[in-house]
Amino acid sequence: MTTTRRELLTAALTAAAGAGAASDPSRAQQHDHDHDHEHQGLPPDPALRVRALESILVAKGLVDPVALDALIDTYEHKVGPRNGARVVARAWTDGAFKQRLLTDGTAAVAEAGYGGDPMIVVQNTAKLHNLVVCTLCSCYPWSILGLPPVWYKSAAYRSRSVIDPRGVLREFGLELGDDVEVRVWDSTADLRYLVLPERPAGTEGMNEEQLAALVTRDAMVGVAKVTLPRKESHG
Amino acid sequence: MNGIHDMGGMQDMGPIQIERNEPLFHANWERRIFALFNAVDFQWPALRFQIESIPPADYLRMSYYERWAAALGPLVTQAGMVTQAEIESGKPAGPASKKWHVLSAADIATWNIPDTHASAKPTAPARYHSGQRVRARNINPPSHTRLPRYARGKVGTIERDGDFAAVQDTDVLGPKQQHVYSVRFTARELWGARANPLDSVCVAIWEGYLEQA
Repeated sequence: MTTTRRELLTAALTAAAGAGAASDPSRAQQHDHDHDHEHQGLPPDPALRVRALESILVAKGLVDPVALDALIDTYEHKVGPRNGARVVARAWTDGAFKQRLLTDGTAAVAEAGYGGDPMIVVQNTAKLHNLVVCTLCSCYPWSILGLPPVWYKSAAYRSRSVIDPRGVLREFGLELGDDVEVRVWDSTADLRYLVLPERPAGTEGMNEEQLAALVTRDAMVGVAKVTLPRKESHG
Repeated sequence: MNGIHDMGGMQDMGPIQIERNEPLFHANWERRIFALFNAVDFQWPALRFQIESIPPADYLRMSYYERWAAALGPLVTQAGMVTQAEIESGKPAGPASKKWHVLSAADIATWNIPDTHASAKPTAPARYHSGQRVRARNINPPSHTRLPRYARGKVGTIERDGDFAAVQDTDVLGPKQQHVYSVRFTARELWGARANPLDSVCVAIWEGYLEQA
């Protein structure tokens, strides 16, 4: 079965590369590079392969190109970490909402207008730090944080977060004391996780909108804390 | 499958590369494969398994979206959506193997995207409850599984019960819809005496992957 899959992969990639190369003379200069890759069943250029696949899927009516554009537009312009930041800011200013969020994250996030994934919200405190990873692939709460950054999808983060979370946090500039409990959430099922960061001191007078502006993506994944912006000398 | 994708607990993958002001996509083809992968009529277990079938050395060398780009061709040809000849020629030669759902822009606007976790209700009572100790089964299926290697055979405590979902697995143990538990394993149970005694890892585990401890 593995052989079959490999053969198919190799064949598909070679074909797509061939189709693309015909329309792109600059590919010829990369011949040696391509040759190395072909030996291992790898595409010389994913752009060409993707173009070939999109063309035939559209031509056969199996994907709607308008839907492709809508998907891209949605994640580039409508869905992103600002959604999660608004949920966090509301939880910081509305105790009843915060309780609902921690008890039934799916319902409370939907109530805030960002429904999509089944959601568990975990709260950071002075003595407990939560960190989210997906060791098997790169599951991430798209509906409230948008698409994940490259580091979240990297082998380094996925492999080490569960065995050395404190070392991982140190690489993000966050040093935790030995008396702080670290709890890692591995997104192995269809549940997604949102970290509710600690509200920083000195934000007592801020409204929900001002608070939301402080909340970063990294804090909601658990690789950072929310901090006040450093005051510049020019004010 | 005990593939390279199941990498939780590996230690020598280098430093985490953090890109400041990272763009959402690094090239236009990444946009297109992102959209294609989400638009084609497959559920995530099938998509994930195809990605996991990339040979390990290639998997590690490829970027995230390169893996998606490599997985999509075999996926659509094996399913009979398109043939190899059609990909090569760029011209349709015959009908697809069956009627496939075509995602529309309206579906996306209303989030009417078919998924595997929609409105499932438990049909059997949960076998385990919060606070109970359980063991993750020792299984090594050749197919796609959502039980990571590092947790297999380990004993943990149910941190949270009450979730229920379709098993995102291509070789389901038991019913297709199952209770899901957040099982907390101490870092010492998973990694031994050098781990911080306070630390733990919570793994979301379907009921069929668990047994009485």
